[in-house]
Amino acid sequence: MAEAEESCVECHRQIETSAVSPTQVMDHDVHMQRGLSCSACHGGDPTSMDPTVAMDSAKGFIGRPARADIPQLCARCHADPATMRKYNPNLPTDQYAKYLTSQHGKRFSAGDADVPVCTSCHEAHGIRSKKDPNAPVYPTNIPGTCATCHTDASIMDRHGLPVKQHWEYSQSVHGQALLFRGDRSAPHCASCHGSHEAARPGTIAIGNVCAQCHALTRDLFAKSPHKAAHEALGLPECEVCHGNHLIRKPTDDLLGIGPNALCVQCHEPGSQGYVTAQRMREAIERLKTQLADSEGIVKHVAQLGMDMGDAEFEVHEASTKLTQARTYVHSFSDEAMEPIVEEGVQHARVAKQQGEQGLREFHFRRQGLWITLLIVGLLIIGLLLLIREIERPRPPDAS
Amino acid sequence: MKLFAGLRAFFRERYQLGALADLATHKTVPLHRHTFWYYWGGMTLLLIGIQFASGVLLLLYYRPSAQEAFESVRFIMTKVQFGWLVRSVHAWAAHLVIFCAMIHLASTFFLKAYRPPRELTWVTGVLLFFVLLGLGFTGYLLPRNTLAFFATKVGTEIAGVVPIVGPIVQMMLRGGSDVTDVTLTRFFWLHIAVLPLALLGVVGLHLVMIQLQGMSKPLSVKTDRAMPFFPHFFLRDLVGWAVVLGVVLCISVYWPATLGTKADPFAPTPAGIAPEWYFLWMFQTLKLFPSHVLGLEGELVAVALTGVAGLVVLLVPWLDRPARQGRTHWLVWAAGLIGMTYVVGMTGYALWIGHHP
Repeated sequence: MAEAEESCVECHRQIETSAVSPTQVMDHDVHMQRGLSCSACHGGDPTSMDPTVAMDSAKGFIGRPARADIPQLCARCHADPATMRKYNPNLPTDQYAKYLTSQHGKRFSAGDADVPVCTSCHEAHGIRSKKDPNAPVYPTNIPGTCATCHTDASIMDRHGLPVKQHWEYSQSVHGQALLFRGDRSAPHCASCHGSHEAARPGTIAIGNVCAQCHALTRDLFAKSPHKAAHEALGLPECEVCHGNHLIRKPTDDLLGIGPNALCVQCHEPGSQGYVTAQRMREAIERLKTQLADSEGIVKHVAQLGMDMGDAEFEVHEASTKLTQARTYVHSFSDEAMEPIVEEGVQHARVAKQQGEQGLREFHFRRQGLWITLLIVGLLIIGLLLLIREIERPRPPDAS
Repeated sequence: MKLFAGLRAFFRERYQLGALADLATHKTVPLHRHTFWYYWGGMTLLLIGIQFASGVLLLLYYRPSAQEAFESVRFIMTKVQFGWLVRSVHAWAAHLVIFCAMIHLASTFFLKAYRPPRELTWVTGVLLFFVLLGLGFTGYLLPRNTLAFFATKVGTEIAGVVPIVGPIVQMMLRGGSDVTDVTLTRFFWLHIAVLPLALLGVVGLHLVMIQLQGMSKPLSVKTDRAMPFFPHFFLRDLVGWAVVLGVVLCISVYWPATLGTKADPFAPTPAGIAPEWYFLWMFQTLKLFPSHVLGLEGELVAVALTGVAGLVVLLVPWLDRPARQGRTHWLVWAAGLIGMTYVVGMTGYALWIGHHP
């Protein structure tokens, strides 16, 4: 038999069974691209075209690795900084260690065959970089990858876990942003639960998880009276009002004392919390009314062809203040929110004044035009009369 | 009245104004069914005057630099008293002056007013039209908004297509390999100094020739009916001017000139960039022209043909030989009609395409 550089590929390409499949996806395999071959994982001698030699266990051939051996097999390189430095120094080498601390890893160590191993998420062959949009671990694909198992009732039932998380997430404000608008800054499963270290966020940790993005909101919450109350009652922080997977876009109706308000679920009428909720909602509504008024007139005047650049800037500022005020809801203090609302109201008032001024200017221009046209019209009539007078046939001179 | 008579006597004694007064008194304008077309020259003149007056006012606040041009125009439109009106009038009168000049040029062509001895009056008129186009092209960039910036980029690229002189002209216009701050300075210099001076010179020559030779009578008119220039024709001219003034004011108030967004030189060229309407027919021709014609670059052929068309228009008094002998020929009529239909049709098509991409 002749010698070959990569006999595995040459032979497996010709096999008409499922054993051919690895050769069909190897072009985009990140390991192949970096010069590693089949033997790096499977062992054997790829230089021989003789199958008995190439796949000789004496030459380290292990065949198809047992599922139980996969994490350790991958960790041989991925947990070894010296090896990884040769291929991708930027890649962390703690994935295996983290995996062992994860819910998945713990159950794996206990011999649970349901839990995922490396290849469950990354594929066995044709492994793509996480930056590749087609990779199962690319941000927009992660929910689908997790859902492979977490929507499978036959697996989840054995562990007493629900299967609705993916549906709930896809309906949430985060899921809509990531899955439907392709906003990769939106959180996916791993953003909150972790990837290799995937775990259920503990009751206390939820606030920290949300604070990764909502830092100011968390900061306000931490300084608010709710912090101590939640701790005392053993309640998770953000989740109590916003839920977990099914986090809807919050509306102002959640605040205050209305039928959909969340505040009244805990705060009795007449209590301090009840009054504060009512005041905060009133402040938000005050700013919204002012903003809508100014926005309406500014848009109207702009549509009339007037330059409303400055007024539009003021509207934008008022709108920013409204967003900020909504964030300050999490201070649960109407006194903390009031200066922001007042600032927003001032911007909205200035915008409205500029809009009204623009409208007056618009009418002035129209009136001015009609007055000018009247003068021009009179001038034309005068000129025509003058022409007629000059060209009027005159009687012949009597003399 | 005594004061007026005194002043008149004062100037008459010193400057021999009698000859000028005699010219105005004795000058007549042919009166026939085509007399209407004579007024378009006067209206063009009025619009040139409006452009000078409004342009001088804009210069009070306009700043010709890449950093300040857009902001200064915004300042004029929003903060300066009646600045919006002055800018709107300047922008709209720029369109109308070219429109009136086109009508004047076409009517002069079809009435064959270029017949001897008025060949040079025609030549100065065509040159005047070219200068007006140049003023439109250079003025378009000055607000330095997105549309103007990229249209100038495309326009100067077309200039560079011409062999040998093209790259030199392009370099002179741009002041470098791309449209930059230097280009704005050059366009400003052309727009407020070079071209207005050329315009004054050519308009002056054109008017002097008309005063010296009088107005041409079409070949089809056989009568010698005429009206005195002053005051009969002059008063009618004033009526036309008043109408134009009213139209300019109406458009400026009801559809004030917009400013758009500030140009970002590093942004990609936005879709739908097109020059002003009076260049659209050339732009559309370039777009529709095949990439190669007889082994030559299609763009080059199109630009060359446009140049030849301009030269033909300039030399019409000598090319129309029958007219020189006092005859009309259907071929000249047909050529004029085809040319005009092509320009109007291509402009209309380009506008239609722009709204239905």
